[in-house]
Amino acid sequence: MENLPLLVPLVILVPSIGAFINFFVGAKLGEKWSGYIGSFASIFSFMIALVLLSFVTGTNGGSAVVNFPFVDGWLRIDSIGLDIPWQMRVDSLSVTMMLVITGVGSLIHLYARGYMHGDKWFYRFFAYLNMFLAFMLILVTANNFLMLFVGWEGVGLCSFLLIGFWWDKKAPTGWKNSNAARKAFIVNRIGDFGLLMAMFLIFWTFGTLDFFKAGELPNTEAGYIVHWREHNGLVEGADHGETDDHAEESADHTEETDDHAEEGDDRGDQKQSVLDETEDGDDHAEEGDAVAGDDHAEDTDESADTEDDHAVEGEESAGGHGEEVVCVPADMDAEHAEETDSHADDGHGESDVNPLASDIRNIYCDNGHFDTDYLGVFGQTVNRFGHDEMVDFGSFEMKFDDVIFLIALFMLLGVTGKSAQIPLFIWLPDAMAGPTPVSALIHAATMVTAGVYMMVRGSVFLDELNHAGYVIGLIITLIGSATAIMAGFIAMGQWDIKSVLAYSTISQLGFMVAAVGVGAYVPAMFHLVTHAVFKALLFLGSGSVIHGVEHGHHHAHEHGHGHDDHHDDHHEAEFDPQDMRNMGGLRKKMPITFITYVIGTLALAGIFPFAGFWSKDEILADAFYVGTDGLFAGGGGGNQLAGILAFGILLAAAGFTAFYMWRQIELVFFGEPRTEAAKHTPESVGAMLFPLVVLAIFATIIGLINVPAPFIVLDSIYTPHNFGHFLEHSLISVSRGHTIAFNPLVALVALGLGLVAIYTAREIYGKGKGVAEGGRDQLELNPSTRMAFKLANAKLYWDETYFRFLENPFNKLSKFMADRVDWDFLHDYVHDSVIKRGFDSIAKLLSQPFDIGLIDGAVNGIGWLVQRTANWMRGIQTGNVRMYAVILFIGVVAVILVMLLPFIQTLIQSGS
Amino acid sequence: MNSIGTEPYIMLSMVLFLMGALGVLLRRNAILVFMSVELMLNSANLALVAFAQQWQQINGHVFVFFVMTVAAAEVAVGLALIVNIFRERQSINIDELNQMDG
Repeated sequence: MENLPLLVPLVILVPSIGAFINFFVGAKLGEKWSGYIGSFASIFSFMIALVLLSFVTGTNGGSAVVNFPFVDGWLRIDSIGLDIPWQMRVDSLSVTMMLVITGVGSLIHLYARGYMHGDKWFYRFFAYLNMFLAFMLILVTANNFLMLFVGWEGVGLCSFLLIGFWWDKKAPTGWKNSNAARKAFIVNRIGDFGLLMAMFLIFWTFGTLDFFKAGELPNTEAGYIVHWREHNGLVEGADHGETDDHAEESADHTEETDDHAEEGDDRGDQKQSVLDETEDGDDHAEEGDAVAGDDHAEDTDESADTEDDHAVEGEESAGGHGEEVVCVPADMDAEHAEETDSHADDGHGESDVNPLASDIRNIYCDNGHFDTDYLGVFGQTVNRFGHDEMVDFGSFEMKFDDVIFLIALFMLLGVTGKSAQIPLFIWLPDAMAGPTPVSALIHAATMVTAGVYMMVRGSVFLDELNHAGYVIGLIITLIGSATAIMAGFIAMGQWDIKSVLAYSTISQLGFMVAAVGVGAYVPAMFHLVTHAVFKALLFLGSGSVIHGVEHGHHHAHEHGHGHDDHHDDHHEAEFDPQDMRNMGGLRKKMPITFITYVIGTLALAGIFPFAGFWSKDEILADAFYVGTDGLFAGGGGGNQLAGILAFGILLAAAGFTAFYMWRQIELVFFGEPRTEAAKHTPESVGAMLFPLVVLAIFATIIGLINVPAPFIVLDSIYTPHNFGHFLEHSLISVSRGHTIAFNPLVALVALGLGLVAIYTAREIYGKGKGVAEGGRDQLELNPSTRMAFKLANAKLYWDETYFRFLENPFNKLSKFMADRVDWDFLHDYVHDSVIKRGFDSIAKLLSQPFDIGLIDGAVNGIGWLVQRTANWMRGIQTGNVRMYAVILFIGVVAVILVMLLPFIQTLIQSGS
Repeated sequence: MNSIGTEPYIMLSMVLFLMGALGVLLRRNAILVFMSVELMLNSANLALVAFAQQWQQINGHVFVFFVMTVAAAEVAVGLALIVNIFRERQSINIDELNQMDG
């Protein structure tokens, strides 16, 4: 059981291999096989995710840190103590995300086999889809921020590739697609900047980027309490009671022996499964150097099931009755431990066990036996927050708490980019230019939820900040709620079927972000899961509709004109198969699509008993609770304001949601067909319908994973807030908060509002009214709503505003810099006039008088001098022999005089 | 052993030499220039012999032989040159032989 997390690298490897195969030999494989390979890779990952789920539930929330095989250290520079390994995290939160991604992803792969049939680049599509899956799974299985960032950027890249998948269509569609792809990539990048800054700050403050180190407990609010092993019909909890057995088993598979007893870094099983080498024997409790020893090993740590004292009002009692096992706080001594024995069951041998004995592993309740420096980012935050610590940035210092606030703000920027919040949501509506499976997978179910996942992962930050009174909760809630209601408003005025869904996605993401803002992490994740299911369902359904209308258009043209030459031109120039005004009455033509679509709509609108009701209602209930009572005991006042605002705004947004979804249903499926294409629409092929049906079934029942107490019918097999308990093992914040009781008032209000909205939509658009004359909306007829509709249709002029205030000035400025400053000024003026002329004149100055005048003059002068001298000296040669003779004579006389000089001198001296 | 001493011979040698030198410088006829040169040479011979006699050394006498030989050779060559010049120019006036100028 403990070795199951070792499978997690497969989750990443198999889609990567699938992508490789499809890239390189996909063209030769043909449609059938490349589709199979892609789908198989995805389904395989789903199987692995299920296996990991069984691990997590089987060990009652155990978690594991898994090193990737064959990769020893990823970013490691020993000389400065830098070690960021490629490490993966298996715990309830990541398993949840994995299941969602691979589950919905697999269905979408199957759907895409039908949707992309006949496309020229079929294999490339599946390669990209698999690549996206691999990156997204890297993101959710990451155990440190850097690996998460790799996945974060990777899914951004795949989003770019997939949105612009049809870049080679004839203009202007090809251009539209590639522009949309670039817009998505670039806007995402702005968010990435935020995440990067957050990572820099985190690394500087904590010295590590890891979420949790090996052996660390995510949720340490246990203290010295009793743990329950719940029997949920799952594998019998494999925690503390089985340490003995596992101690023996482990000795068989591993190469360490007695070292395990001194591991002491978790309760329950500490497995050192060796992949490459074995060098582990360190005692985690002693030093952080234990990390080095874990390089090639996989650590399984188990956090026991923690239940809060102040937790749910009695709901737990409805849960399982299990064995008592005692965990030992780090400072407990042996005697004390003996007094608080646990009862064993079935001879697992713990009745008289001393937990601190050396032959079984120690069971710790918290991370107290670790040095704070060893812990991961979140563990360190818990220990260091609120102690007036200062973080030194070199030239200035900052309070630790303030640094955490700054980190949370930067992470929020990343979330607004990736999860399409205000102000960076603008890429999502344009992203609908990509094929519908892409919209379903990436822009509904997975990539856009990465931001929410990251926020929930980092809930420790938000939690501590909220406790300490920072307004981060209020900021997040404001952004989320504003996004929710704004997008909901815009969705009411859209004609394109996918645009409505895009804005709906933005709106629902706003719900999730707002939930995170008020501290309701479990509802946010719950809504993430349910939203993935029914939004994917809706997108796939819309794809089915679009396909059908396109086919209908072809048929209509054939019947009408009887020739096929100009199909493409005609279609793209004149007929938009995505425009709802060209549809109508499709429920008779596409019954299965219709039924599944209605189920998806009801789920999204939050109608009992479909999935959306449970998740949306829980968000609203939590918001209401925070707004009225304050979720964080003694928390900052901003939280109450956040709660009340969230509740009000989200309630209105929920109303909008129901309204625009039912409007869409009325316009598309009810009434009479408004065009020839709609009249000839066929139902879609089985490959496309199958995922729709499966998703519809899930949309109905997936709400049951987190039902509140009053709805539990079967006590013995169902615990209330199952999902919440599941997530509790990974998030300390969950056990700090509440799992609040079911609030019937809120539920009724939300349900009532949804039903009223649907009824209103039916009144306005139903009963055959559909689209008004001239292609106008019903709301345009009424002058009081005309302005609102026009605003919504124009998407609140966001793109235009950005263009006017950001893009255009920037473009103008860059043109100015390029043309006027660089070319005219620098090139023409500075270079030519100033530099060139100056240089020329200096050169001339140097050359004329200096070079030519002086130097040439000097050299020439010497020659002239020599000539003059020679001329003059030639005059000596007169040819006159007599003169020669005279000179000879004089010369001789001179020589004789010189020779006689000494004699003359003596003569003179003797004479005088 | 000479009773009148060497000085009169030296004086004679000087006078002869001076006459010869003046003759070289002032005469126009090439042959007369040559005769003057001979005169100078002979005056030198005279001085040599006189001194040889004074000091009773034979070196002077030997040297006179050399001088005579050289004088003879020089005259031969010089006269040959003059004959050739006369053949060309029909004049041996040395003032007229001034074409080698610069």
